[in-house]
Amino acid sequence: MDRPIEIKALSKSYGDTLAVDRVSITVDKGEIYGLIGPDGAGKTTVIRTLVSLLVPDSGEALFMGRTVSAYPGFVRSHIGYMPQRFSLYRDLSVEENLHFFGDLFQIPRDRQRRRMDELYAFSRLQPFRTRLAGALSGGMKQKLALSCMLMHQPEVIVLDEPTFGVDPVSRSEFWGMLAALSRDGTSVFVSTAYMDEADLCHRIGLIHHGRILAQGTPDGLIAGFPWPLYRIDCENPHHVYTILSSTLPPDQLQLFGSGVYVVDRGKNGLRSLQRTLRTAKIACRGISSADATLENLFLELIR
Amino acid sequence: MKKVLWSIISKEFIHIRRDKQTLAIVILWPLLMLFLYGYAITLEMKEIPTIITDLAHNPLSREYVDDIASSRFFRVTGRDIAESEIEPVFRHRRARCVIVIPPSFGKDDPGNRIIQLIIDASDPNAANYIHTYLGTITASFNRRHSGGMRLPFRFEPRLLYNPDLKSSFFFVPGLVAVIIMLFSALLSSIAIVREKEMGTLEQILVSPLTPMQLVIGKLVPYLLLSLADSILVLIVAHVCFTVPMHGSGILLLATLIIYVVSGLSFGLLISTVTRSQQIAMMATMVITVLPSFLLSGFIFPVRSMPLLFQGISQIIPATHFLIIIRGIMLKGAGLAELMPQLGALTLFSLVLISVSIRKFHTTLE
Amino acid sequence: MTGEENAVTAVDLSRRFGQFTAVDRVTFSVPRGEVFGFLGANGAGKTTTIRMLCGLLRPSSGSASVSGLDVYTRFEEIKTTIGYMSQQFSLYDDLTVEENLHFYGGIYGVGRTRLPAVTGALLDQMTLGGQRRRLTRDLPLGWKQRLALAAAIIHDPGIVFLDEPTSGVDPASRREFWLLIHQLAARGKTIFVTTHYMDEAEYCHRVSIMKEGRIAEIGNPSRLKEKYRAGTMQQVFINVVKREQS
Repeated sequence: MDRPIEIKALSKSYGDTLAVDRVSITVDKGEIYGLIGPDGAGKTTVIRTLVSLLVPDSGEALFMGRTVSAYPGFVRSHIGYMPQRFSLYRDLSVEENLHFFGDLFQIPRDRQRRRMDELYAFSRLQPFRTRLAGALSGGMKQKLALSCMLMHQPEVIVLDEPTFGVDPVSRSEFWGMLAALSRDGTSVFVSTAYMDEADLCHRIGLIHHGRILAQGTPDGLIAGFPWPLYRIDCENPHHVYTILSSTLPPDQLQLFGSGVYVVDRGKNGLRSLQRTLRTAKIACRGISSADATLENLFLELIR
Repeated sequence: MKKVLWSIISKEFIHIRRDKQTLAIVILWPLLMLFLYGYAITLEMKEIPTIITDLAHNPLSREYVDDIASSRFFRVTGRDIAESEIEPVFRHRRARCVIVIPPSFGKDDPGNRIIQLIIDASDPNAANYIHTYLGTITASFNRRHSGGMRLPFRFEPRLLYNPDLKSSFFFVPGLVAVIIMLFSALLSSIAIVREKEMGTLEQILVSPLTPMQLVIGKLVPYLLLSLADSILVLIVAHVCFTVPMHGSGILLLATLIIYVVSGLSFGLLISTVTRSQQIAMMATMVITVLPSFLLSGFIFPVRSMPLLFQGISQIIPATHFLIIIRGIMLKGAGLAELMPQLGALTLFSLVLISVSIRKFHTTLE
Repeated sequence: MTGEENAVTAVDLSRRFGQFTAVDRVTFSVPRGEVFGFLGANGAGKTTTIRMLCGLLRPSSGSASVSGLDVYTRFEEIKTTIGYMSQQFSLYDDLTVEENLHFYGGIYGVGRTRLPAVTGALLDQMTLGGQRRRLTRDLPLGWKQRLALAAAIIHDPGIVFLDEPTSGVDPASRREFWLLIHQLAARGKTIFVTTHYMDEAEYCHRVSIMKEGRIAEIGNPSRLKEKYRAGTMQQVFINVVKREQS
């Protein structure tokens, strides 16, 4: 059985800029793979190559065992693709949008109707089926976009930043839908700039400046964070950060929310940090050993 | 106040300078239009295929035929055909007109003295031209032989200001009027709608800028650009199409400024109600170009329009500017003769610019 | 002059668009020097509220003042006391870094003699000193965002409104950005910020969560986490919005 997606040493440049640099990724059946990185990291280029919209400079992308650039027609009819900032036809209703995508994939109308009922049950968009897409809320638009790409029942779906600019509640609902699809055996390849969405993926790749920094399960990656991490809980983290940055190397300090994180790169231990705080006369509520997050890891890897 | 204005103006100039493509279009498009209309789509006709049937066959009639044949308007493609052949000639498009000189031509004979001009009038415009051209040739022929002789042709059209019947003289000034209206309106509408599209307008709206400052800051750079553009077009018209310049250049420049302001304000008004550059462009085309082309007297004389359209033509700035520019360039008219048009144009510009400033709120409502 | 303590005050502030009530009797205040997080679902009324406070939209009813100035009558003055950075980073792509700042300095009436010094200091503060002649379109997103912040504070406003300033920016740039925000707050500026990153809510002194035009919750992030027995602000947010739904 061929893997749904296999990307081998893919590279792509635009002029002098190397957008994607020897990226290799595999996605298994029913797996949710998250490609995580900031804007301009190369996520969109990888995805466009995968869905046959771009031809790589070197390396290749395989879809169901076939080279994407050699079988673009096969790829396009078997993959579900939701482009970045996907915009539906705002002047068409929910139903008309779905029909349009059904027609695009030449699905007979009676089968379209059956499929739409399934998708309505799945997305809970039934009550809004006559509403114009332009009048839907941000979260509902994304659900509709997802439904449109599922009309032809693809076994592999590829989504480019589907939750960009969507509020946390709608985002968690959207991810709930992706999880349900994966349970039914659909393979999902999704990119995002939100690090906190990594936990919802089976496996992830951190991408920055066109290169994959690390790949694996979210827990596995975090467990591989190489240094002890401490969190200083304090009333005024910015003040503490400013004072500490004169004693500790700045790359060991991370201001985060209501606390300051210290990456103990010298492995000096908690006591040494407590001493530093005392000498600097910093009052704090407490210092504790902290679990690293994916963001800590990302910052460590791009250092 | 002044500094604020200056920062908008200088920023706008940077946009103009950086966007080389648009700048090239702004400069080249008017010239392209000018050359297209000036050369390719002239309304004059040359070398009209003509058949002459000379029934007189005397020295005088031969001279007349030579006059026709040697003019640049007519090309003689056949001679002396029977009356029954005339229709087939037209059907097979072998000629567009047939001239029949009566046997009595040049004789002191009270009989048939009228030259027959049979024209294929399926293109009425062309028929009109042919009629006029032959009339001109006949008239000069008559003048040469007017020594007590009975004239073979009855009318004598007199062509003032454009004795060579060059359509480019008539056309180019009109074209300049349309081009200026189009460009000034297009430039100003796009300049504002682009900021709406990019989201920068919102940023400017939260600043203490007043609508007046913003509008004037936007207008000044495009006023200068449009003026430069118009002067370029006029120079090309003068040099390449030998359109004369009989009147005062200063007067023309002053009128140009007023006219450009009316165009810019038009664009501004459009920008207050449109959201995307495409729509602004389409709206500008429809609202400024079509009326300026069709109703201003550029192609069709205002006086021959239905009354309703005559009324509409009066509220189109191009109508008035057309009279002014043709007056100044072709007739050498001065301030006194053009006062009514200048007054109307100034009024338009003032009304348009104040309406567009009023409509331009500094809020998002 | 009791109102002077608060940079922003809103009492029963509402805004209707036809039949639709976008903001429904919202009441809150933001003291000077606070970093105030203004959270909410898409379409909850955040942007409408900010636009009313910035003088871009007239409220339908209720009252509000910004820098002690009434939003109904003195909105033109309000504009001189606030800085505003909107979602799309309102910079001109075809202008250089320096030209953008000069432009915004110019329209806010920063004197021509002072402008170079002000611009230079801001660029240093934002660590963009070496980029002044670069075209804005060539800057990485994180730098654009710092430049947009610089443009928003070039006239030294007391209050800075930031509407989703960090969308799509990488984590390192986001942290640097928040460091800058806290530096501004430490110098007495009031920061009013919206974001979809719930981890960023933790940087705020106080947050409010809007839902369907109303403020559903307001308070200090740690207290809110205790109140909802949640480990993260993400969870708090979901609990608040879900509670409101049922």
